[in-house]
Formats: sequence, structure tokens, C-alpha cells
Amino acid sequence: MRKIFLIFPLILFITITIFLYKGLENDPSHLPSALIGKNLPQFELETLLDREQITDKDILLDEPFLLNVWATWCYACRLEHAMLNELATEGIIIVGLNYKDDRNLANDWLNQRGNPYLFSIFDSNGSLGFDLGVYGAPETYLVDRKGVIRHKRVGIVDEHIWLSEFQELYLSLKGQNE
Amino acid sequence: MKKFTFFLTFVFSVHLNAEKLIEFSDVTYLERYQKLIKELRCPKCQNQNIADSNSPISKDLRKEITILLERGLDDDQIKIELASRYSDFILYDPKFGKQTYFLWLTPLLIFLFGFWFIFSMFVKREVNQAKQEDKHQ
Amino acid sequence: MIAEIGQLSLILALCTCALMLFIPILSIQFQNESWLRLSAPLALNQLFFACFSFVCLSLCFVFDDFSVKYVAQNSNSLLPLIYKVSAVWGAHEGSLLLWIFVLSGWTAAVAFLGANITVKFRSHVLSVLAAVSISFLLFLILTSNPFDRILPIAPEDGGDLNPLLQDFGLIVHPPLLYMGYVGLAVPFAFAVALLFSERYEKVKMSWCRPWINVSWAFLTAGITLGSWWAYYELGWGGWWFWDPVENASLMPWLVATALMHSASVSEKKGTVVSWTILLAILAFSLSLLGTFLVRSGILTSVHAFASDPERGIFLLIIFIVLVGSSLFLFALKGHHLVSKPASKGWTREFFIIMNNMLLVSITTIILIGTLYPLLSDILNLGKISVGPPYFDFFFVPTTIAIAVFMGMSVSSRWNNGNFDESLQRVVLPGFASIALGLVTVVVIDFTSSSYDFSWQALITIMVASWIVLTLCEDIVAKIRSDKLKILKNKSYLGMTLAHTGLALLILGVGLSNSYSVQSDLLMSPGKRANVAGYDFLFKELIKSDGPNYQSRKGIFEVSYNDRDQGVLIPEKRSYFSGRDIMTEAGIRTNILKDIYVSLGESVDSDSWSVRLYVKPMVRFIWIGGFLIACGGILASLNRRNVKVSSLNS
Repeated sequence: MRKIFLIFPLILFITITIFLYKGLENDPSHLPSALIGKNLPQFELETLLDREQITDKDILLDEPFLLNVWATWCYACRLEHAMLNELATEGIIIVGLNYKDDRNLANDWLNQRGNPYLFSIFDSNGSLGFDLGVYGAPETYLVDRKGVIRHKRVGIVDEHIWLSEFQELYLSLKGQNE
Repeated sequence: MKKFTFFLTFVFSVHLNAEKLIEFSDVTYLERYQKLIKELRCPKCQNQNIADSNSPISKDLRKEITILLERGLDDDQIKIELASRYSDFILYDPKFGKQTYFLWLTPLLIFLFGFWFIFSMFVKREVNQAKQEDKHQ
Repeated sequence: MIAEIGQLSLILALCTCALMLFIPILSIQFQNESWLRLSAPLALNQLFFACFSFVCLSLCFVFDDFSVKYVAQNSNSLLPLIYKVSAVWGAHEGSLLLWIFVLSGWTAAVAFLGANITVKFRSHVLSVLAAVSISFLLFLILTSNPFDRILPIAPEDGGDLNPLLQDFGLIVHPPLLYMGYVGLAVPFAFAVALLFSERYEKVKMSWCRPWINVSWAFLTAGITLGSWWAYYELGWGGWWFWDPVENASLMPWLVATALMHSASVSEKKGTVVSWTILLAILAFSLSLLGTFLVRSGILTSVHAFASDPERGIFLLIIFIVLVGSSLFLFALKGHHLVSKPASKGWTREFFIIMNNMLLVSITTIILIGTLYPLLSDILNLGKISVGPPYFDFFFVPTTIAIAVFMGMSVSSRWNNGNFDESLQRVVLPGFASIALGLVTVVVIDFTSSSYDFSWQALITIMVASWIVLTLCEDIVAKIRSDKLKILKNKSYLGMTLAHTGLALLILGVGLSNSYSVQSDLLMSPGKRANVAGYDFLFKELIKSDGPNYQSRKGIFEVSYNDRDQGVLIPEKRSYFSGRDIMTEAGIRTNILKDIYVSLGESVDSDSWSVRLYVKPMVRFIWIGGFLIACGGILASLNRRNVKVSSLNS
């Protein structure tokens, strides 16, 4: 009986250590979206360029697409932009969400750096961003043709991230389409 | 007297009173607001509640809470509303549920085990000793 | 050149430790006990090398040698000299060197202080300490070398020391904390050596107790200082956030508290020996776990060091080797430490062990709460956070229970636990504390318009006065029976001081929580505000620059009923080196009440968001913590222990 008690701390220690070891592979700052598997939130905003009214119903495209949250004040977006241009030339549809930004600055940015977006939604006070659970630009969402969010990436999407996180899912969603 | 001096300073001072940073239509809201912002975590920061954090997202969350309070939601509804966008990660007070059985129930087991340990050490042994002494007699 | 000498010195320290580790084995091998006498001089050697290496790194900082990577990252030619020195322990590598320096200090102290143990046992203890040193020296040299150079081209100037650390509190906080963390290695080494010897002797426990007390006192002081620093530096008016890193320091403290008390039981009564030994192992294990949590980046925290997976795995290995082997040894040999069965009845022993159980339980709960986000993530239960509401929910009631048993233990005897007698002694203090609580709270409620009736305050005052009044009753009773002799007993005085400190701490926490008044305002120069009767006038905003930062200072004149209460100067600093903006709160205190102003951010050209606080009794938290630490030191000076144990040996 007494000996069982003596071995008890060791067992507890081993359990904790296993978890700590597993935990080392973990990224504590990675935060999943609460909206995966849910529809895009409702909104009524203008597009960036043409100032047309746009609602959540208007972006039910016939194809899966990327929703990319960007802003001119966001330094990392600058680094991400080339990758987005490349994806756009490959025929992938990207919708921009211009988040808490200035309209003129944003248009200048697109003129200078190229416009990978089918169109950008102009969300100057960040209301759609808030409903999406955006907490830092850039963020990229993969949305299927029914408007359901399938994947979310906080931070830059580069070649590596695209291949490891998005491509497969994107192709399978696109495949369902045909 | 206290009131009178206050009145005097009020009248003779040329200084204007400062504005409240947040104003509610109901006085009880402020107290609830201050409690709520301490129990919600800033999703972007290292480990800060939205009361202490000055990041833009914390400001948005604080603003949203004032709106939801004015809309008449109760505290739990507000938390659920915000967690539906930013996930349960932002709740410092984790809900009791499938995810958290272990978290909330083990403490009880630990205390039970502890008391049992003390009991077996001091009380049971004493009873056993008494029994043995009886036998010897 | 200096850096290379420092590096060499570290390697020499490692060699010394390796030798010290094997001394007991060598003495058996050669069947010559005189080998054992080598351990002590070796410990001194280790201290010399570690100290030398530490001085070398400090010199690199003082001479702005930016070719050393660590210096380049954490210092800057504009940095004031004092911060250049404290920058040595400002980041991971250097603070680890400090860790090792402190450990070497403790090792040398074990070698030369506290004379009443056998050379053999001392050599065994030193051997275990050497094992700990080796682990950390290897870790330092292999993964986190502070002497690495940036070659071939050294930068012209360094980055800067993290502005958060450019502060007096942060100069003193890490060394104190490490003295405590690392000091717990001594009881740990003692426990392991005792398990090896397979025989419990009272003398050895008497030898160990002062070491526990002193390291515990340092840990107390370190934590107290840390929380004080958070209060005045972070600008949120808070002093404890249940952050993983804070928990990492609280857990070893709680277990060390339990250890200190159970060691006194084991020494006096010869009971619960294996429990005491287990606690000694656990206390240091938790301090190692803390080191792992803070430096591996496994959890998100405000205070964590920059993380690196390679370091994480190395630290985990150290943790497994040191803790795993000692717990394995405990499982294997624990049953040799035969102790007497627990004493009968409502003795002091019973209450102390009761509180031991509560302390260890609450530590386990804090551990679960701290690690649960990790656990939930690994098991794919989703990302969740565990924060203050969870910890408070369990910690507060447990603390109250501990305080109640604490009073009981003071009022009971070591021998002859007669329940009626104990009860008789606590009746008066019990009723008095209930009455005191009720009267104070009702008086506050009636006389002051700013404060409402508060249950929290009522319970706080009752609990704190219970602790103090049972102590008073005991002192009076002791003075009556043995005529002032008790006032010469440092152990008893230390206990009284520490328990009083805890009572003050509880008062500070409870009352500042229930009676604080906070106001968040938008203010521009010329505006005034009234908080809890205090009138704040935002007089002006001035610009002033420090050596390596620009600063805006708000000048606030405070008055209460037209009586001038002085000027508060909260500050907002932006450091040249980065975009970091630091808040320095403006605080005025008269011990009973703190008035606190912190600047938020400028809303438009001259309006600022401002947080005003009136916090009664908040000072008591740190005064209490300080008294607790003093109590620990005082108790360790007890002469009686030394005499008794030298007689026994």
C-alpha cells in the first residue's frame, strides 16, 4: 500500500512530461477561427474601386475563392502581395477585404503593386472584419461556392503555406464544382 | 460640510470636468462592463485581457461590448456573442462543458483525495491503534 | 578577448562540477574517505569560475563590446551604466548565466556553512548539486552561449535592452527570484542524498531547515518585488494576473511553504519524513518546470523569453533527468525513511499537515489551470484560455481555509492534542475577529459615501484578524508561562513575523479589491475629475527626454477636501531603439491609500485617455510580502537548532 504511494509521484511526472513533450511541437499563438464551417457573415458595404453596394449575397461566386484581408498600413501585406498576384495569374479568384483603410491610399497601392483582387470590399470601420473575427492583417480565408468558410490563415500566405495548407483543399472544392 | 466644500471648489474653479471615456444609459452597465473586459482575452496579444490591452482589436472588442450592453444582453450572452467570432480562446473563464470536464472536476477530486489522505493518516490510524490496544488488554 | 576568457571559465566550471559529481564514487572506488574532503574546495573553485565568467560578461557590456552577439542584442551605447550591468541578466542567455552563478554560490555556501553534518553526507549533497550545475552549464554552453561573437563584422551599435527592464525593480527582481528558485536546489540535493543514505536522522533535517527557510524567503521577496513592479510599471493598476510565468513562480513558493512547515514537523516529531522528502524534491522540480515553461515558448505569456524549440527540448531533457531520476529514487528507496506514525489528536502537527495538504492541492490545481490550454490543444479539444476567474475560484476559498487552520495550529500544542483545550484558546480570538470584521465594515459603510458594504471586505478583515489575534493570544500565553524566554527564540519570532505578514497581505488583497475606485476619463490639460473624493487636476503636459527615450509627462495636482495631496507625474516614454512605448504610472501613497494615475494614449492633439485609481490598502500587499520574507530569514538564524543538533551528532 505504502509503496504504491511512493510510486505515485513518478507516474504523475511521466504523464506531465509526455504532455510537455507533445506541447513543444505546438504553436501557442496559432488561433483557429470560430467561423470555420460557417457562412460568411452578413454585411452591406461598398466596393473599393467603384463604390458599388455589395452584400454577402453578391459574393456567392460559382467557384471557391480566397478572401484576403489587407490594408496599406499593414507591413506584412506588402510582403504578401507578390504571392497574391501570382495566385491571381494562375486563375484563382481572390476577393479583397480592405480593412480599416483609406480609400485613396488603397487605390494607389493597387495601381502601384498590381491588383490581384476580383474586387475589394471597402470596410473602413472594420465592421465586417470584426464579424469575421479578424485580429490582425493579413488574414486569408478559403470560402467555398456556397459561401462557407473552409480554412483560415492568420499571417502571410507564401508559397510554402499555400502548398501545405490551401492548395489541396482548394482543388478538392473546385473539383466538387464540376 | 463635505458637500459644501465640494460645491465651492466646483463654483470657483475655472477648470472644466473631464469627460467619461465611456458613458452608459444605465449606471449598472459600467460595473458589468468593467468586469466583462477583465474576463475577456485579447486574441492578438501575448496574454492580456482587453481591459489592459491597447491593441486595436481590444478597442473594437470593448466598443462592441458597450453596444451589446446597451442592447440589453446579459453577460453570458455577450460572451457567447463574442466567442462566436473569436472562438472560446477569448474567454478567461472557460465554460463548463465537454472540453473542460477535466479542468473543473479534477480540483474536486484532488481535495477529496487530500482529505481522505489526512483522514487515513490521523483518524483511521488512531482508531486502529485504539483497537489494537483493546485487544492487548 | 574578455568574452573568450569568460567562455573558457565556463568550461572550467563544468570540469570542476564533473569532478565534484564523482567524488563520492571515487571515494568508494579507492576506499579512501579522505577523497570526500575534496568536495568543498571544488565547490569553491566552481564559484570562482562561475563568478569570473559572470564578471567577464558584465565587462563586455560595460565596454560596449558589440561584437558579442548577446551584448549587441541587449545593450546600446546610450544605455545608462547601471542598466548596462543589469542588462547582463536582461535576456535568456545572460539570465541563465546568473542562474548558474547563483547556483554556484549556494553550492559553495553548502560546502562551508552549517557545520554540523558529516563530511560524507555533505559530499553527497554537493555531488547532487554538481549534477544540477552540470545540466545547466551544458545547456548554457551548447544552446545559449552568451559569449558568441558576431563575426567578421561587428555592428557599430547595439539594439537596446527591452525598455520594460530599464527600471530599478527589474534590476533587483531576477537576482532575488533566482536566489529563491535556485536555493531550492539545496533541499532537493539534501533529499536525494538522504534517499541514497537510506537512513533518516533528525540532525540532517535540522541541518536542512535553514536552507529551506532562506531560499523560501528569497523567493518570497522576488515574487513580491515582481508584483510591485507590475503595479507601477505596466500602468494597469494590477499586481497579479495569473499569467503562466507568474504561476511558475507561485507554484514552487507554495510547495516550499508546505516543505518548510513539514520539515519542522519531521525535525521535532520524527513523523511525515517521506512526505517532507517528497516536498523537497517537488519544490525544486516545480522551479525547474517554471524555467522550462518560461524559456521554451510552450505557453503564451507577457513575460516569456524569446523562444527556441531547440532550447525547449534541451530543458525538457534536463527536467526529465533531474526530476525523473529523483522521483524514481524516491519510489525505490522512499520506504527506507521510516518515520513514526502521526501523533494523536488535534496537535499542531495535525493542523500543519492539513495545511500542507491544502497547499499541495492548490498547487496542483494551479498547475492544471496553467497547463490546461496546452492539454486541450494537444487532445484537439480546441484552444481555450484559463484565466483569473478560474484561479480565483479555487485559490480564494483555499486561502481562507489555510488561514483558519493556521490560527488553529498556532493555538494547539505539539504534544497532547486536546481538542477542548485548543477550542478554549481560540474562542476569544475567534469571536473578536468576527466582531472586528463586522464593526469595521459597517463603520466604513456608514461614514464613507464612496464605499458600499462588501462581503469580500468583511471576510478579509475577519480572516486577517483571526491570524493576528490567535498569534497575540499565543504570545501572551507564552510570556505568562515562560517569562519572555520566547522573545529570544528567533524561530518563533520569525514565524510570528511571517504570519503577521500574511495577515497584512490578505488585508491588502481583499480590501484593495473591494474598495478600489477606478475611473477612465478623457482629459486634456486644464480639466479636472473627482474620484472617491479626490480631486484630480490635469495641470499640464510636458515633454522631457531621457538618455535613450522621449517622454511625455502629465502633471496632475491632487487635493482632498481642498487639502493639497501633492502632485502625480504619470509618464509615457517612447524609446529610440524600437517602437516600444512604456507607461510609468504616477503614484502617491500614504501607506493606507494609493492614488494612481496612468496615461493611456492621446486621443487627439491634447486629449488623453487617463486612468485614475484610488486604491486603499494596496501597499499592505508588498509590506506583507516583505515581512513574510523577513520572517523566513529571521527563523533561519535560530541558534537553538544548531546547538541541539550539534549535541546530537
